[in-house]
Amino acid sequence: MAESARAPTGARLDHLLVADMVEPGSRVLDVGCGDGELLKLLEARGVDGRGIELSREGVNECVAKGLAVIQGNADTDLADYPDDAFDYVILSQTLQATRHPRVVLEHLLRIARHAVVSFPNFGHWRIRLQILFGGRMPTTPNLPETWYDTPNIHFCTIKDFRELCDVVGAKMEKAVALNAWGRPLRLNAPWWFWNLLGEQAVFLLSRRPSDRHA
Amino acid sequence: MAEIELRDDRDLREREAEKPHSPVARFAAGEPLKLDAGVELAPFQIAYQTYGTLNAARSNAVLICHALTGDQHVANIHPVTRKPGWWETMVGPGKPIDTERYFVICPNVVGACMGTTGPASLDPKTGEVYGLDFPVITIRDMVRAQAMLLDRLGIDTLFSVAGGSMGGMQVLQWAASFPKRVFSALPLATATRHSAQNIAFHEVGRQAVMADPEWKGGRYFAAATRPHRGLAVARMGAHITYLSDAALHRKFGRKFQDRDNPTFSFDADFEVESYLRHQGSTFVERFDANSYLYLTRAMDYFDLAADYGGVLARAFRGTPTRFCVVSFTSDWLFPTSDSRAIVHALNAGGARVSFAEIETDKGHDAFLLDEPELLAIVRGFLDSAAQARGLGAAAKG
Repeated sequence: MAESARAPTGARLDHLLVADMVEPGSRVLDVGCGDGELLKLLEARGVDGRGIELSREGVNECVAKGLAVIQGNADTDLADYPDDAFDYVILSQTLQATRHPRVVLEHLLRIARHAVVSFPNFGHWRIRLQILFGGRMPTTPNLPETWYDTPNIHFCTIKDFRELCDVVGAKMEKAVALNAWGRPLRLNAPWWFWNLLGEQAVFLLSRRPSDRHA
Repeated sequence: MAEIELRDDRDLREREAEKPHSPVARFAAGEPLKLDAGVELAPFQIAYQTYGTLNAARSNAVLICHALTGDQHVANIHPVTRKPGWWETMVGPGKPIDTERYFVICPNVVGACMGTTGPASLDPKTGEVYGLDFPVITIRDMVRAQAMLLDRLGIDTLFSVAGGSMGGMQVLQWAASFPKRVFSALPLATATRHSAQNIAFHEVGRQAVMADPEWKGGRYFAAATRPHRGLAVARMGAHITYLSDAALHRKFGRKFQDRDNPTFSFDADFEVESYLRHQGSTFVERFDANSYLYLTRAMDYFDLAADYGGVLARAFRGTPTRFCVVSFTSDWLFPTSDSRAIVHALNAGGARVSFAEIETDKGHDAFLLDEPELLAIVRGFLDSAAQARGLGAAAKG
């Protein structure tokens, strides 16, 4: 991702939003934790945080910061975690880079009661306009890679993601859309408005009790 | 000449087995070490080195577990070889395992030959050197003995246990056997069980020792001989497994040793041959051949999951210990997949675990070398653990 919008404290706005969805003192797994910035923020709030990161550089940086992070892959390694190992699992800006988003989402809701998922919204008006008038795969300041270089193989819109939540039986506890400057959009806006003007979205999901795996 | 030249520092090394240049904890006949083999070792002694100062709360002790051919001389000049300690990049004032902050203890393992009781020690029953009358020991026996030493030193909980290779096996055994005594653990370049390939390499090494006519069925002390050639060959073979193809190529390639052309003989024409011969001949100066048999055997027998019904995660269920597991990309003796198995089991047991794989061409030996990424990771891990443990930056006295 390109430069992210930051609060005066230096924290990324989308990280603050995610952190606010997590109960202090809970056990959290951050899948795709990068250089550990969000985990650091969570630990400062008394969260028992763990991380998985694909890149070796990211992992080594996190471990050197004293974070409990392991090298691993969201697509293959979530299956190794037991049921209910955590209170929350966070998948921040990573869903679109997984091979099997549905399977990943199902695992998130198996290993934790709550999942916080953030992703870039491909329904944003600028992206729609690029396809409509440019006739080419869109690129944005936050998603600068060309189609042949991008790690993001499963883009979706806010509307698409809501549908996936229904498919896997996830309950939407909270949802927030952020504009291009990383600020939350009006809370009482209708979904179509968010899908058009939200550059990214953050969802707090929970497992429906009846969907508990036997 | 085609054979290996050996320098004999027999007296110097063999004195270390009984009267080492290290403090010694003696355990009398009434305080036996109960061995997995079903027998008791008594009396016995443990030679150990310490660095730094134990704080008033006795909460800053770090146990270092040495590898197969290591010893307790972690960060001081070795009394036999006169070389620097084997982990001076890691342990010392201001180093990642900071002796200004932590009280570092490194005991020589049971079965070794630098002052802790082993096959080169005198059997009190016969007054002769044990040799093959020494009982076969395991990694768990080594750890049990270390726990007795800590009891003797009045240390209940270790701030950390660290070690690579066979040392890493002891770290894992510590965490499994005494979870409440281990606040943090650093198993490096290791595995929860020795692989068939590794057992095979060890067997070749043991056969090289036993094929030396001077081994005399293990009774070479009585015969006033030493199986130096066999032990040197064992070391040469093992040393290759500690490196990597890429590292050997980088260091030696096909370069000739002090000559421009091959001699059409079995002389050490190539630099790599000369290097290995040197490794073999310096090793026998400081190591007992029977100790080599016993310690390789202890590693072969190590299979932590087997002690827990074949389920590794059970060894760590509910463990309070925080772990930092490290592997190296070019280590083919204890490959990253072995470390992943440890991490998998720890995760399944709910442990707090960090895991990093470090890119290097230096092979298994990388854990002993000046690897900046390794040093940064160990420092970061220990700093954060120290914070959680309430150890200040200058926790002295």
